[in-house]
Amino acid sequence: MRITCPYCGPRDRREFTYRGDALALFRPDPEAGDADWDDHLHNRDNRAGRVRDLWYHDCCGTWIVVERDTVTHEVHGCEAAAEVPR
Amino acid sequence: MRYSGFKVILEGLRGNTGWAPAWRDPDPKPAYDALIIGGGGHGLATAFYLAKNHGMTNIAVLERGYLGGGNVGRNTTIVRANYGLPGNSEFYSHSLKLWEQMESELNYNVMHSQRGIINLFHSDGARDAAARRGNAMINQGDDAILLDRDGVRKLLPYLDFDNHRFPVYGGLYHPRGGTARHDAVAWGYARGADSRGVDLIQNCAVTGIDIEDGRVVGVQTTRGPIRAKKIGMAVAGRTSQVAEMAGFRVPIESHVLQAFVTEGLKPVIDHVITFGAGHFYISQSDKGGLVFGGDLDLYASYAARGNLPTAEHVVEAAVQLMPVIGKARMLRSWGGIMDMSPDGSPIIDRTHIEGLYLNCGWCYGGFKAVPGSGYSFAHLIATDSPHAPAARYRLDRFRTGVGIMDEEATGSQHNLH
Repeated sequence: MRITCPYCGPRDRREFTYRGDALALFRPDPEAGDADWDDHLHNRDNRAGRVRDLWYHDCCGTWIVVERDTVTHEVHGCEAAAEVPR
Repeated sequence: MRYSGFKVILEGLRGNTGWAPAWRDPDPKPAYDALIIGGGGHGLATAFYLAKNHGMTNIAVLERGYLGGGNVGRNTTIVRANYGLPGNSEFYSHSLKLWEQMESELNYNVMHSQRGIINLFHSDGARDAAARRGNAMINQGDDAILLDRDGVRKLLPYLDFDNHRFPVYGGLYHPRGGTARHDAVAWGYARGADSRGVDLIQNCAVTGIDIEDGRVVGVQTTRGPIRAKKIGMAVAGRTSQVAEMAGFRVPIESHVLQAFVTEGLKPVIDHVITFGAGHFYISQSDKGGLVFGGDLDLYASYAARGNLPTAEHVVEAAVQLMPVIGKARMLRSWGGIMDMSPDGSPIIDRTHIEGLYLNCGWCYGGFKAVPGSGYSFAHLIATDSPHAPAARYRLDRFRTGVGIMDEEATGSQHNLH
């Protein structure tokens, strides 16, 4: 699997650390209550197919949202997490 | 049909003409008292104990493919009870006791081999942690022996004891741990359940779960609708997909775990060994292949195959620990889909939908749990109350933070286990 860092270009998967579902970018309101926070922290869609997740480029420190397929390991797109509208 | 040594000899003399199929292949009935989704180790064991312990024989197991074709047929076969935390400790202790009586209970040879497990340690701190874990195991009533370097050398003379980076300081020896023939466990439970009247329905994928007024009433399948008031889910890495049919999400991420096997070799490794300074564990199968594995690939995946970096890490650790196997040729590798929970411990609980029960979160340790999981899940389904050894496997522990079982002390968060 190869992931494209927006700043460094396509690199081997070894250079990256997986940081879970990209929903980490969309935190609930701090006062949202424990049901919302439980859902955000623990429950997952966990799709078999196309997903968006967060990867950290260990070399340059960029957080990247990677769109990829969990069944085929195909990578469809990579964008800097900082550029993702929230 | 009862199996015995006498029967084997008799059939040998009769040209093996007297064997019958080990289970029926029935069509689904329109309704059952209970359904188990998932014909793997956990689902089949649950059906067996529902029939045996609770007299529920008008039940069916629904399997999308063939029986035992998932993780129970593609693991590294290790059986152990060496956990340290309340919750896991009593559960796996109970499970190991069931393993020890499984072959007579099922009249089936699962080749359970209590060859002993040795968890190596490579520093003073790791020795302290091993001593503490060993004490926890002894307090639970199981067995643990803290071996020093010479003690390990007597058992495993072929290790590289003087590795510059990770010299072997000793090991925690769990003599009752070992391995079993993984497929046979599924087949044994399947045969035991079938002989008690349970319908094992293969090639039957569940496509929908019917819910009326907050309680479950049946399922839609590729072989037609089936009604039941109690439905247990035991689908491991596919839990999120089945839960979605019932309209809720679960605290599970599915990850791929790889395993490897070499060509058949003469007996060299008599135990199960784990490397304490990297992710590597190994045993030798009865056919002679060295069976080993390491860590997850560490990203969400449903591909039943892994990537090269993890394979490299595992092989590097292997050769560091036991250079003796450096010339063994690897025959094949494969991957299984693990249902990873946030704290690394499983869930056996009711759901908010009445009559729908959840069994998941086995992470990379589901095989040894098969009998205990089936026993406790059957108890929960039959009586609607948790079985004592599994009472802490609650679904709500993540929300409340009470009773988190984080065996590795890394935190209750996805991707840390």
